Formats: sequence, structure tokens, C-alpha cells
Amino acid sequence: MTGYDGWILLTASLVGLTCGLVGSLLILRRMAMMADAISHSVLLGIVVAYLVTRELSGVHMLIGAAAAGLLTAVLVQWLHQLGVRQEASIGIVFTTLFAIGVVLIATKVGNAHLDVQHALMGEIAFIPWETVRVPGIGDIPEAVLMLLIVLAVVGGLILALYKEWKITSFDPALAAALGLPVAFMHHLFMAMVSVTAVASFDAVGAILVIAMLITPAAAAYLWTDRLSVMLLLSGLFGVASACAGYAVAWLIDTSISGSMAFATGVLFLVSSLAAPRHGVLARRLRARRAGAAPSRAQRTTGA
Amino acid sequence: MTGLSHNAQWVLVSTLMLGSAAGLVGCIAYWKRQSLMGDALAHAALPGVVGGFALLGFKSLPVMLAGAAASALLGALAVAAIRSHTRIKEDTAMGIILSVFFGLGIMLLTIVNRMPGGGQSGLDKFIFGQAAAMVRQDMLVMTAAAVVVLLVVLISFKEWKLYLFDPAFARGLGLSGRLMDAIWMTLLVAVIVIGIQAVGVILMAALLIIPAVSARYWTHAFSRMLALSALFGGGAGAAGTWISTLGDGWPTGPFIVIAAAGMFLVSLLFGLRKGLLVTAMLRRRQVRRLRAETVRSETLAEGEALP
Amino acid sequence: MDATRQVGVADKERLDAGREPALRVTGLAAAYRRNRVLEDVTFEILPGTLTAIVGPNGAGKSTLLKTLLDLHPRLSGEVRFFGTTYRNAKRRVGYVPQRGSVDWDFPTDALDVVMMGLYGQIGWLRRPGRRHRELAMAALEKMGMGAYAKRQISELSGGQQQRVFLARALVQDADLYLLDEPLAGVDAATEQAIMELLKTLRSNGKTVMVVHHDLQTVQDCFDHVLLLNRSVIAHGPTAEVFTAEHIGRTYGGLLRGWEKVTG
Repeated sequence: MTGYDGWILLTASLVGLTCGLVGSLLILRRMAMMADAISHSVLLGIVVAYLVTRELSGVHMLIGAAAAGLLTAVLVQWLHQLGVRQEASIGIVFTTLFAIGVVLIATKVGNAHLDVQHALMGEIAFIPWETVRVPGIGDIPEAVLMLLIVLAVVGGLILALYKEWKITSFDPALAAALGLPVAFMHHLFMAMVSVTAVASFDAVGAILVIAMLITPAAAAYLWTDRLSVMLLLSGLFGVASACAGYAVAWLIDTSISGSMAFATGVLFLVSSLAAPRHGVLARRLRARRAGAAPSRAQRTTGA
Repeated sequence: MTGLSHNAQWVLVSTLMLGSAAGLVGCIAYWKRQSLMGDALAHAALPGVVGGFALLGFKSLPVMLAGAAASALLGALAVAAIRSHTRIKEDTAMGIILSVFFGLGIMLLTIVNRMPGGGQSGLDKFIFGQAAAMVRQDMLVMTAAAVVVLLVVLISFKEWKLYLFDPAFARGLGLSGRLMDAIWMTLLVAVIVIGIQAVGVILMAALLIIPAVSARYWTHAFSRMLALSALFGGGAGAAGTWISTLGDGWPTGPFIVIAAAGMFLVSLLFGLRKGLLVTAMLRRRQVRRLRAETVRSETLAEGEALP
Repeated sequence: MDATRQVGVADKERLDAGREPALRVTGLAAAYRRNRVLEDVTFEILPGTLTAIVGPNGAGKSTLLKTLLDLHPRLSGEVRFFGTTYRNAKRRVGYVPQRGSVDWDFPTDALDVVMMGLYGQIGWLRRPGRRHRELAMAALEKMGMGAYAKRQISELSGGQQQRVFLARALVQDADLYLLDEPLAGVDAATEQAIMELLKTLRSNGKTVMVVHHDLQTVQDCFDHVLLLNRSVIAHGPTAEVFTAEHIGRTYGGLLRGWEKVTG
């Protein structure tokens, strides 16, 4: 394995790990579709950042995209408070912001500098070439540095506020009654999702970030009844699907990010069948064992 | 409209019909609380479109649309299976299907684009929609399908009203929930399939969500909401298409979405039933009444205290 | 004829003794969008009482609790817990929301849920320690749920889940407890256990308010009753206030024949 492949695998693993950690809380907070929305609106942030600075550098993109992500969260919340249903407000906000982004690209930017395709699917293959010099370490890809920082921040926040995340996710009413700032935690979390989406954006693109955020976490949710274990497993699954996806893409020569998303799906499928307590096979087995004595339930479902 | 070419007029008519059909189906989605299902299934249609192309090796719209329908339906079944066989909730299941199917679509697309002739397949157009790239026959297919969807919803109007409002009661009256769900899925997939060429898989959801929510601000009656939603959807479709013809190579989908968003904003502010303006006026009246009552009760209390 | 000001003889003595009320609500109003659900709600809860909040569906019972705890915005009025605002008295108030409000598939076990009641005291950035675990375990055992400490919460029955929620309130060691329909959909054994717990709390000098839907059991279990329908219809010692006339006014004549129950 060359250094080139090594960098790509490291980038992908960092994406998988960060998304896996954030994703666990995301699905427990019933906000999977919020991730969908944020990762779409990130495009607008990047386009605006480009139009303002005329530069496509990591820092500008990061700021623009994080702002767009937060704007999405705030707008969705605002519409929801005005009485629009949560899922409908999500649908309205992200499609509109995304459409504005695409229109800006089509009318102002032109396809030469900023490629919609790139924004959607990422260009992980280029990542090892865009390096920055870090004192004491040497040249490392910019995306890797960004991902490392984001992982440190996001992972640190999850660890430090572990019990606060747990209670605000499980029972926000009680959390509020105990005096925890539930709204602040919500916005902090939205910021964490945005930053994760942006940092992963370069590597896997807007839409496949969703796969990385949701699917490994959903798979982990089937294996365990402990939040801490779920976080660990989810990160692990993220790394595993990133590596497996890369291998598949290399084997049949196709889109790396697409293969990674597909790999998360395969991992989820296996989990949903084979997970020890909540998997389909385990449930069937339990049902059969419970139905060993002839019962009405067996007669109606056993056919 | 005289300034438009003959082709552009056709495009306008077909996106108008598409918008109306999407508005109606979106209304049902709204009351089924499944607004985002359309988003998931539109994304899930991508591997089918590409697969349909790869199967034949050349571009044939009917085959590609059949592929899209098949893969969207497969996505719908997968969401249902995840929801009923695991403890994963529906929103998460939709996120999984959306992203994994889209990932598969991108994998296939990359492979197909390498195939001889794949480069000109115009498959990329399905991501953002390009109404201008449609030929006469595509538009005929699209318009006819949209009319069928419109008719189906109109014919089964009172069944939908009953089923959406109180499914348990509807079943008690002998309405098959399974049948209604099957019709609903078919309608949704049909609208998505005919819409993705003009609007694209990513933004198709907007046409299913925004008109229905906008209509909600003007009326409390289901029938009027359906009609308004169709009107808004059709209007957004036609307006967006018209704007996109003003520039060279401008994508249609995003403009349709922006037109719909404009309508939503107007409805949100000025809607007669729940609009911000009306709500603010009502609230002010309420506060004023409350204040008047407080003053009255205070004077009463003081009056009692006096000998 | 002002029913809201009815105060029993015993209560008068307690008030005269200078004890500050556990909760004093004056002129409280709250709305859901356009609909005013609470209007000019005024009452005082004395320490050491066990009060049932009774009223028809949509009378604003749950909204009242949420508004008291600043979980729902109030339009006007004043709320004082132990003579101060909720913010300042937070530690002394325990709240048990309705059971349906959480996701029971959440990856956590019974003991963990009970420990959540202590998060307010543990404070930011600190982890629950052995002492907290022991407190939580003791609370679970008090509710007869010690054997289920490590159970995933979705594997518990409705009654058991409710007991876990009560244990979580118990572990807060509050002075005033607000319970939203704790008896809804629980089995007879759990109902018994919960009523015992409430009485124990009262005899330990705690104050308890319960949103209650079963008119039949009000007289046996609660010493005070607050009849609510948008505003307070009547409030005071059960023996004096829980009359057919008041109930009739609360339910707007929907329930005829309550004379038999209360008479």
C-alpha cells in the first residue's frame, strides 16, 4: 500500500468515526432527516463563501457551510414554532436553500470553478494532493487536518457532556425541568452536525455524508442497549464501511463515496438480520421458542 | 407567451400538469405525515434510472422510468420492512434508504459514464432536472401520467378524506387500509418518476411538500386545500420552467423550487387561516381583551374593599 | 359564592401558624396558539398536603403543570414555589411527566433512567458516581423495582415503567412533587404501590400534586382536591370541596349521577 492509499483510508476512517459518533445521538434525537437537510444546505454555504471570497479554500468553505447548516437548523425551528410540521419544515428549508445554491452556481459561478457534481459526491481521490504544512509533523492533507480538529472538538463535546446529551435526548421535558438548557444543547448539537458534515464534505460529498451519519449508527443501535457501547460501535462501523467501500471502489473502479455509502447499507442489512437481540433472526428464533407450546399467536403468525 | 418556442410551450404545459399532480399527492403526504417519504423515494429512484440505461446500453425513457419506478418501490418496501421488523424509527429508515440507494446510484452512474456512449446518456440531468432537454414524446408521457394521477385522486377524494382523518374508522366502514396504502405508494412513485426528468431526484421533494404546506395557510377544508395545493404546484412548475428558459442551460428544478418557496413565503405571511399577519392581529386582540378584563376585575376588587 | 377562596378550618390554622405555602399561583393564564386554555388560575397549596387536580379532558391540567414549571409560556400571572420563583426553587420541585412522552427504545436501563433524576444536582462535566448509583438503587427498591435495575426500559410493562419514573422523581428528594397522570394505564398492583408511595411522601412532610382522572378514588386517596376547567372551579379539603355541585360545574353537567358517588 502506498502513502496515497494510506491518506485516503485515513481520511475515510476519520469521516466514518466522526460521523458515527455524531450519528448515534442524531438518530436517538429523532433527527435523521435533519442531517439530510443540513448536508444539502451546506452547498449554499460553500457557493456563497466562494462568491464572497472568490477562493475555494478549506477555511472559507468551512465557515460558509457551518453558517448554512446553522441557518437550516434555525429556519426549521422557526417554521416549526409557527406551526408547520417538523418534517414539512425540514423539506421546505433544505430544498429551497439547495435550489438557491444550484441556481447561483448555474447563473453566477459557471461550472469551471465550482462543480455541483463534486459538491454532491466529493472527490476523495484528490485529497492527498492538497496538503498543508504542520509544524513538527510535515505535510499532511488539508482535509485530514480539518477532520482531526473536528473529531477532537465533536468527540470532546460528546464525552464531556455525555450525561447531558443522554438526558436531553431521552427526556427533554425532564431535562428542562431540571434546569438544563435544552434549546442551547439542541443548537450546539446542530452546529456539531453541520461542522461534521462540512469536514466530511470534501471527502464524501453532501449526500453521502447522510449515509455515514445515519446508517452506521442505526446498525449499532441494533446491537446494543447501552448508549456508550452504541457510540463506540457506531464509530467502528463507520470506519469499517469507509475501508470496505474504498476496497470495493478500487476493485470495480467506480465512485469511492458511492461505494462507501453502499457499504454502510450492506453493514446495516447484516446487522438487521444478525444482531443478537434486535435482529430479525434473533426475533424469529425467540418467537419460535416462545411458540413451542401451541398457541394462538403461533397459528396466526406461523404460516 | 408568444415569445416562447413551440417546444418551450410544451415544456410549460407538462411541468404545469406535473406540478398539479405533485401538489395533490403532496397534500395526501402532508396529512399522512409522510412529507419526507417523497424525498427518500426520489433519491432511491436514481439507481433504477441508471440501471435501466445500463440494461439496454442506450437511452430509452420508458425503460429508464420503469427502472426508476422499480427502484423507488423497492426503497418504499425497504423502509416499511425496516420499520416493522427492527426497532429503527421511520425517519431513520428513510435516511438509510435515501443515502444508500443514492450511493448505489452514483456507483452505477460512474460505471455507466465509462461505458461507450455512456457519456452522452444525459443521466446527470436526472440529478437536477433539465426540462429543456426533454423531447416531445417525453412530455406527452409525462402529461398523460400526470393527468392519470390527477384523476385517481379526484375519483377517490372522499375515501382519502375519510382515511386520512380517521384510518381506524375508515377500516371499520370496510375501507381496506392495505389498498389505500398501496394506492398511495403507487401515486407517490408515479409522481416522482414523471417528475425526476424535469425537477431532478434531489429537489423532487420540494414539489411534494411546499405546495401542500402553502395551501394549509389559506383554508381549513380538505377539498379546498387539495385544489389550492394543485394550483400552487402547477403555478410553481410553470413559473419555474418559464424562468429557466430565460438563461442558457439553466436547470429547471431549482427554479421551480424557488418559485414554490416564494409562494410559501406569501402564504406564510398573508394566508387567511394561519398566516402570520392574521395570527398577530388575533393575538393582539386577545391581549387587549385580557388587559381589559384585568382592569375590570381590579376595579371590582377595589370597589368591594370600600365601605 | 367565591368557590376559589374556600379554605378549610385546618388550613386556616396552618396558614395562621405562618407556614408559607409550597406553591402560590395568582392570576395565571396560558394559551395554545389561539385557544386560551388557562384563565385567571389562582390557588395556594399548603405544605404536607396531597392534592388531586381533577377536570375534564382539555381542562388544562397538564398545561397547568407545564406552565408552573416554565415548560409552557404563560400569558400573565405569578407563580411562587416556597415563596420564590421556579428557577430558584428548582431543587425542591420534582416533576413526573406523562409516560407517553419518551422513546422507550432508548438504549438505557432502569437504573440509568432513575439516575437521570440526579443530573441536575451532579452538575456540568461531572459523571455520576457510586453514591448516585446507590441513591438511585435505593429509590428503585422503594418502588419494588430493585430486581429490574439492569433491564432495558422497553422490556418493562407499562406499570413498571411508571414505577421507574416515580423512582426517578423520588431520587430527586424534592419537597414538592408534580405528577402528570401517574395512574393512567397502569395495573392494579402498580396503582396500589403508587398510592402507598404518595401517602408515605405526605407523612414525611412532602407536598404532592397529582393530575388525576379517576373521580372514584379521589375521596379515598387525596386530602385536597383542585377542580379545574380553564380556571379553578373549586379548591380545598376533599371533604368540603368534592361535592356533586362542584363536580357538576367542573364537567359542565356532562356527568350526571355523580351524586351517588360523592353522596
